[in-house]
Amino acid sequence: MDAILKVSGIGKRFVLHQAQSAVLTVLESISFALFPGECLVLSGHSGAGKSTLMRILYGNYLASRGSIRIRHGGEWLEMAGAEPRQTLALRRHTIGYVSQFLRVIPRVTALDVVMEPALLRGCARKTAQSKAEALLTRLNIPERLWHLAPGTFSGGEQQRINIARGFIAPWPLLLVDEPTASLDETNRQVVLDLIAEAKAADSAIIGIFHDRSAREAIASRFLNLESARAHTGGESFHAA
Amino acid sequence: MSALSCDTLLESRARRRADADEDSPENFSEATTPRPAWAAESPLLQAEHVTRLFGPEQGCQDVSFTLYPGEVLGLAGESGSGKSTLLAALSGRLLPEAGHVRYHDGKDWLDVHAVGESRRRTLLRTEWGFVEQNPRDGLRMSVSAGANIGERLMAQGARHYGKLRQAALDWLRHVEIEPARIDDTPGSFSGGMRQRLQIARNLVSFPRLVFMDEPTGGLDVSVQARILDLLRNLVRELKLSVVLVTHDLAVARLLADRLMVMRRSRIVEAGLTDQILDDPQHPYTQLLVSSILKV
Amino acid sequence: MTLQHELPSTGMPGYNFAYLDETTKRAIRRGLLKAVAIPGFQVPFGGREMPMPYGWGTGGIQATASILGLDDVLKVIDQGADDTTNAVSIRNFFKQVAGVASATRTTEATIIQTRHRIPETPLQNGQILVFQVPIPEPLRFIEPSESETAAMHALGDYGVMHVKLYEDIVRHGRIATRYAYPVEVNGRYVMDPSPIPRFDNPKLHMNPALLLFGAGREKRLYALPPYTRVVSLDFEDHPFEIPRWESACAICGSTESYLDELIVDDQGTRRYVCSDTDWCETRAAVGEKTT
Repeated sequence: MDAILKVSGIGKRFVLHQAQSAVLTVLESISFALFPGECLVLSGHSGAGKSTLMRILYGNYLASRGSIRIRHGGEWLEMAGAEPRQTLALRRHTIGYVSQFLRVIPRVTALDVVMEPALLRGCARKTAQSKAEALLTRLNIPERLWHLAPGTFSGGEQQRINIARGFIAPWPLLLVDEPTASLDETNRQVVLDLIAEAKAADSAIIGIFHDRSAREAIASRFLNLESARAHTGGESFHAA
Repeated sequence: MSALSCDTLLESRARRRADADEDSPENFSEATTPRPAWAAESPLLQAEHVTRLFGPEQGCQDVSFTLYPGEVLGLAGESGSGKSTLLAALSGRLLPEAGHVRYHDGKDWLDVHAVGESRRRTLLRTEWGFVEQNPRDGLRMSVSAGANIGERLMAQGARHYGKLRQAALDWLRHVEIEPARIDDTPGSFSGGMRQRLQIARNLVSFPRLVFMDEPTGGLDVSVQARILDLLRNLVRELKLSVVLVTHDLAVARLLADRLMVMRRSRIVEAGLTDQILDDPQHPYTQLLVSSILKV
Repeated sequence: MTLQHELPSTGMPGYNFAYLDETTKRAIRRGLLKAVAIPGFQVPFGGREMPMPYGWGTGGIQATASILGLDDVLKVIDQGADDTTNAVSIRNFFKQVAGVASATRTTEATIIQTRHRIPETPLQNGQILVFQVPIPEPLRFIEPSESETAAMHALGDYGVMHVKLYEDIVRHGRIATRYAYPVEVNGRYVMDPSPIPRFDNPKLHMNPALLLFGAGREKRLYALPPYTRVVSLDFEDHPFEIPRWESACAICGSTESYLDELIVDDQGTRRYVCSDTDWCETRAAVGEKTT
């Protein structure tokens, strides 16, 4: 089977113009390929750049160098230098992202937050709603919360709304950043099941998992960002 | 507003325009995943080196971009950076001293400043909309809410009072104004209601492109949230393309797909909205983003 | 070079025929020609000071003075009547400065100057009706800027006219505009027919006479050449209608003319009489003969 994602020589440095243009190099040169049905778990200590890499893959951060090619609609798309609408099309159809924190929008109900990715793909509202309800039930969000805006929800509840949102539509590539943090054992297991199901349905998954047992339950292979950096340390890094 | 209340909007929209670029969400095998939308889609608006200066670095200069159907483009920057000048030039209100603005009307490319006043006015009341920061500038304050909404339709030749009224009632509901207020003049409305009325007045003709100048600028924060939510839904459900001027990065985050940051008449950074806000590259953008508490 | 033509005595030594000098008349006639060429379009003209205040029909008087010839027969009406102050004054003015014949019979007149009415007796080809216009701009109610109304006319940007009618229905349940009811001329310009009652609007359509409009204060001329299509603006479900009266004229018994309401005694007794005095007298005279 063909790869879904080919990353080569990705680097990221931040230039902080507000702080005497200090330069912070977070990623040196990351390369890997990912295939459908695989789960790649990112490892490395805090600050190794795991979340940064996720954000680069989602187009939220700009890579300072390197190439990210994603198979989208049967074609390879280079994310470096992609137009906004190309990145948005990727996010609509190809890349899903469960971030660590839910971005709350005033007046938008939990149900609407969850349904949004499906609706954006043109899914009928009724279908999207029944899917969303099934997910929220599975993640043990009480029905009385469905029609409230999640601004006042607890951290764990918000996290689960975010997870439901991530799994409402199937993604060729799914990025999950600490999806089990701040969840109890029951819900943690639900999330691991959801990930396993996505994997079985040929989604390629890249994840960051704080807890070791989750990591080991779900990983097909690991990418250690520190060693990745070490391996390619010889390359100089000036191109912006 | 709930997306449900937009169903009727969507239906009428669908009748007007056959949008067929959405795919089935049910699977993503290669056979059914759509070809990339950008492969075939024609842009809607193109700015090429648009320049209009009132003094050194006052106004806008050398602005180029391409806007595609359904895109919301935010123009951010502090006051005096040239956002409103650029918006006026893009919408044909102001003649640039250099550069071109072209609009694709579905068949042909039109040079917005060369087509002539007649065509431009027709565009402005049919395929375009313009939402002013101050609703007083975009509404007829002396006539009823219903007439404000119906004016575009009347200008397009609608001559049935009953149908005009029905359209006005529908739109009042869409923008969450009590339908019973249909015969009241905007003078008796709150600021937020006036702004929602102005939005209805613009969208009643189902425009393809809407220019917005700080649409929540003069409103209380609590009122802002409602308008933003409304705009966010309408933009999506009606597949509007929008050029949105805002100095409020939170507004940009919520509404804009893409962002252009202006400073001293020039675009200093452009890209995907969340990327610009979360990973700003230009010193000025970094300053702008770091100056707000949280967006 | 002599600009003043040799013209017959007018009864007013020292004044040119019909008061205005010939150069001015020619300028106004050029404006009128342009107005005839573009039906419904408002032509600016260099209006002169007249020996009477604005509001007394100075625009109509200048138009009349410019087209008046020695053999013309002039009729002047105000609200349909030949005998009101304004009508009598204007008639006397032209008698003095032009010495032309005057008439009250609509059929006898070659030029009729009018304020606020069109005679009930159908006009004939060859007759000219001159309207005194206070506010020529039909868009003025909503748009104070002259350059903007000019642009709106030029571009046929008339949606706002129906806004006005819509507001009428909102406020009154029907189109309640009774005077100065806007019309579309020859499928192009929207025109204010001067404050004639809505009742008279159908008479504008395909009228065999030449209709000239003069606004003195605003210095505008416009015209409807004979047999011009004139449509009153309306809605499909609120079509243009002309008012009807329950009663007939108390003097001549007419049921098809425009009636004025009179309160005839201290008890508030109402009677209705024709606003067009010539029409009424003619009918009454015929009635007496037949009885």
